[in-house]
Amino acid sequence: MGGAEVLRPIVEAARPEHPSLLDASHQMDSLFGVTNIPQVLWIDESGTIVRPAERGSPAPQPTDDPFAKFILELMARGTTDPEWYGNRVRDWAEKGAESEWVLPPDAVIAASHPRTRDVSEAAAHFALAQHFWSTDGFSAPALHHFERAHTLQPENITYKRQAYSAWSFAKTHDDTARFAQSPKPGEEDQWPFVSEFLADAKQYLGLDLAAPSSTPDP
Amino acid sequence: MILDRLDIDVGAFEAATGWLIKPEGACKGDVCVPLGRSAGFDLVATADRLGMAIVADAEAGLWSVGPESLGGRSLTTATAPELSLPDVVTGADVRLSSFRGQKVVLAAWAPY
Repeated sequence: MGGAEVLRPIVEAARPEHPSLLDASHQMDSLFGVTNIPQVLWIDESGTIVRPAERGSPAPQPTDDPFAKFILELMARGTTDPEWYGNRVRDWAEKGAESEWVLPPDAVIAASHPRTRDVSEAAAHFALAQHFWSTDGFSAPALHHFERAHTLQPENITYKRQAYSAWSFAKTHDDTARFAQSPKPGEEDQWPFVSEFLADAKQYLGLDLAAPSSTPDP
Repeated sequence: MILDRLDIDVGAFEAATGWLIKPEGACKGDVCVPLGRSAGFDLVATADRLGMAIVADAEAGLWSVGPESLGGRSLTTATAPELSLPDVVTGADVRLSSFRGQKVVLAAWAPY
């Protein structure tokens, strides 16, 4: 939750040919059901969604950055074809509606992320948590609403990462803290959240970070 | 959608949620949900009909309205809703509808 000032140097360095947009209020979740990153959806020329939000991993890229290398390796765990997602996109770009990966509208809706009334309530709490965090920092109301959001929709990793990252950065003002996703050893009693990522990754993403490989191609 | 009052008008609801209030009901894409007879727009009744949770923070005097939960899925229609977000570099608002006529791959990512 660093805002455009954090993102701008990264985007400018990458110089992508596509627009890079800032979604500070998690519209991608409320409008499309995005609950984690990287998640990707496809929209055809008529404005119809032909693949709902789903895991879409980039192919490994050469990098000297140890953190970037770790993340790319993590996303590639268990995959037999590192280009699996890029190949699907290329197939759609070439064949359009004839691509085997294009889904009809009913299947798109059915494959979109589950959303119960509890999930809607989680989103409402998360919006309040962000409001209080942006106006008062990590006050009791902000932590209360983060806790309710995390409890009502435990599989929504973006809600958790946002809180972990913002809290850890506010505590240390260290850029590396932006990726904090669990308490540091010895600081467990200071962790203000009811969850942490290592357990969630195993429970909700099927990612055992201690295991060499566990995530098959979907 | 954060509110400091519940008696908002139709325009504010439509702008925040993408649901349009029409004579046949609340509509998004090719889906319309009947709202029944009403003298005017009622946020609480409309939200309830669409499965939108309303959470109150009494101490702050605020309410928060969650997204619809019709049919148990995050999408109620395959018609893409409007999305308007600022470009990270230029700050200019970019609208999803401006890409109509092209294929769009919409990727969610975070650099931390």
